[in-house]
Amino acid sequence: MLELAAHILDIAENSIRAGAKLVEININESKIKDLLSIEIKDDGSGMTKEEIKKVGDPFYTTKTVRRVGLGIPLLTDAAQRANGKLKLKSAKGKGTNVTATFQLSHLDRQPIGNITTTLVALIAGNSHVDFIYKHRHNDRQFTFDTRQIRKEIDDLPINHPEILKYIRGVIGEGLQEISTKA
Amino acid sequence: MAKLTIDDLKKIKEKVHKEMSLRDGERRVRVTVHMGTCGIASGAKEVMDTLLQEIEDAKVNDVFVTTSGCMGLCSREPLVTVEIINQEPIKYEYMNPNKMRQVFKRHILAGEIQTPFVLARGAEVTR
Repeated sequence: MLELAAHILDIAENSIRAGAKLVEININESKIKDLLSIEIKDDGSGMTKEEIKKVGDPFYTTKTVRRVGLGIPLLTDAAQRANGKLKLKSAKGKGTNVTATFQLSHLDRQPIGNITTTLVALIAGNSHVDFIYKHRHNDRQFTFDTRQIRKEIDDLPINHPEILKYIRGVIGEGLQEISTKA
Repeated sequence: MAKLTIDDLKKIKEKVHKEMSLRDGERRVRVTVHMGTCGIASGAKEVMDTLLQEIEDAKVNDVFVTTSGCMGLCSREPLVTVEIINQEPIKYEYMNPNKMRQVFKRHILAGEIQTPFVLARGAEVTR
């Protein structure tokens, strides 16, 4: 994984497999604090204490088709390489909250990459799930909420090509406006 | 370009509604992009985005895109499954944006299976 957008997509896919109906993605870029934080919060099934302990183990997975589970370990590694860390909060039945922090100016911090394609892929592939995306860059903020889109389009599917095109445009413009640099 | 607003969304909605009543938007093809950690790490996101853009550009509304998790064939990712109604599903391996464009134009639109990229026929069995 060479960009943080890919990690975000991966962790959000975990949320969806955990039965989440609403996934929140919060990104905060702060030049003053020299900090980049990425939070992925869901209302899925959550994890037991035992599961939380094992989540950082690359040889632990809930899947049966293979014996490795690399999503969380890869993100942990990406954070640690950039002087940051990964925090995970979860409780059975209460959803999961994954936060990764990075030193913004660290030489080994991966670039954020293409957030637009990440969000569009999530929305297109999981039309039954809602997403909130908040991106803060210093003092500017961009917020995108699929529930607002859904309210406007009534019975149209959110993964209709025309709607996805609109979403792609809105996110692209929003990110440009807050002139994200990471 | 002027900024996109909620009003634009309303216009799109009206337009799509009109077109839908003409064509009924039935689902002829289902394309599954496998999005496990392995798929994402090897470029499934770019493949997915290419597919969505191709669908937009071709202005078809009978192709339905979905994602799924890892199926245990991590070394052959990115994997894409194309299921045309009343036909056997076809699984493509080692996909990339260019191959995806070719599969979209030749297989999904024209019905010719792109044999050089095929991993297998048939649906996967989940254990």
